[in-house]
Amino acid sequence: MVKINGELLDKAGCSVTDILADMGTSGQRVAVELNESIVPKAEYSSTFLKDGDTMEVVRFVGGG
Amino acid sequence: MPIPTREEIYAALEERHGRELQKKLSEASVAVCGLGGLGSNIAIALARAGVGRLHILDFDIVDISNLNRQQYFPEQLGMYKTDALYDTLSRIAPYCDIQKDCVKLDENNIPGLLEKESIICEAFDKADQKAMLVNCVLENMPEKYLVAGSGMAGIGSSNTITTKRITKRFYLCGDGTSDVEDGMGLVASRVLICAAHQANAVIRIIAGKYEI
Repeated sequence: MVKINGELLDKAGCSVTDILADMGTSGQRVAVELNESIVPKAEYSSTFLKDGDTMEVVRFVGGG
Repeated sequence: MPIPTREEIYAALEERHGRELQKKLSEASVAVCGLGGLGSNIAIALARAGVGRLHILDFDIVDISNLNRQQYFPEQLGMYKTDALYDTLSRIAPYCDIQKDCVKLDENNIPGLLEKESIICEAFDKADQKAMLVNCVLENMPEKYLVAGSGMAGIGSSNTITTKRITKRFYLCGDGTSDVEDGMGLVASRVLICAAHQANAVIRIIAGKYEI
C-alpha cells in the first residue's frame, strides 16, 4: 500500500505517470513529492512507488 | 510632514512587533514572483512588516482589468508592474531595499535570478506557470523556502482558504480547487485572503515558526 495525498491506496509498483493518469492529470500542472522529496518531471515515468511510500500530488489551478 | 528617518520607522516597527522579531524581519530577504493580485498584495504586506529586502519580478504591464484586485492606481496603467509597485513600496517603506526585475521567469533564468533570497513566493496566475516555478525551485534550489498559492477565484467561503505545509520547505496556500478557468472571476477580498496567507507564512518562516 502507498499513501497518496493522505489516502492509502493499492498502487505499489505503479509509476508516477500511471498515478497521474489515474487522477486525470497530465503532469503539466502538478508538483509531485515522494517521501518528502520532489520528483523531477523527467523522472515521472521511471519512478515506481514502493510499499510504504508517501506521495503528495499538488495540483495547481489558475488565478492570482 | 517630512518622511521619518530610518531609525524612527524602525523604532515604530520594533514597538509593534517586538525587538527580536523585528531584527529577523529587517534581516530577511524575500522574492515575490508575479506581481498580480497575489504578488502585489504579498509585497505590500511584507514591506509594511519591515522586511529588509524585497525582490519583485514580473514582465507585465498594468492593465485596466487589474484594478479590481491588484495594488495599482489608474494613473499607473501602461507602466511595467515592477516600476509601478516599486514606486508604491518605496512610499510605504522608504528604507526597504527593493530589487525589481522586469523579466519573464523560466526554467533557465530562475536559479540565477532567485539566487540571493532565502524565501520565494510563487504568485503567478496561470496554473502551468505556477507548476513550472514550483518544480524548478524544488528541483534546483532545495535550500530555499517556497510559499505558493493555488485556488482563490470566486466568492466562496473565506474559511476554505488554508495554508498547508506540503514538505519541510514548501508551503501551499489557497483552497486548491477554485480555478479561474472555470469561469469564476478573481475578487479582491478573496485574493487578498490568499495573499495574506502567503505573507503570513513568510513572516512565520522568518520568525522561525515553521509549523502551520
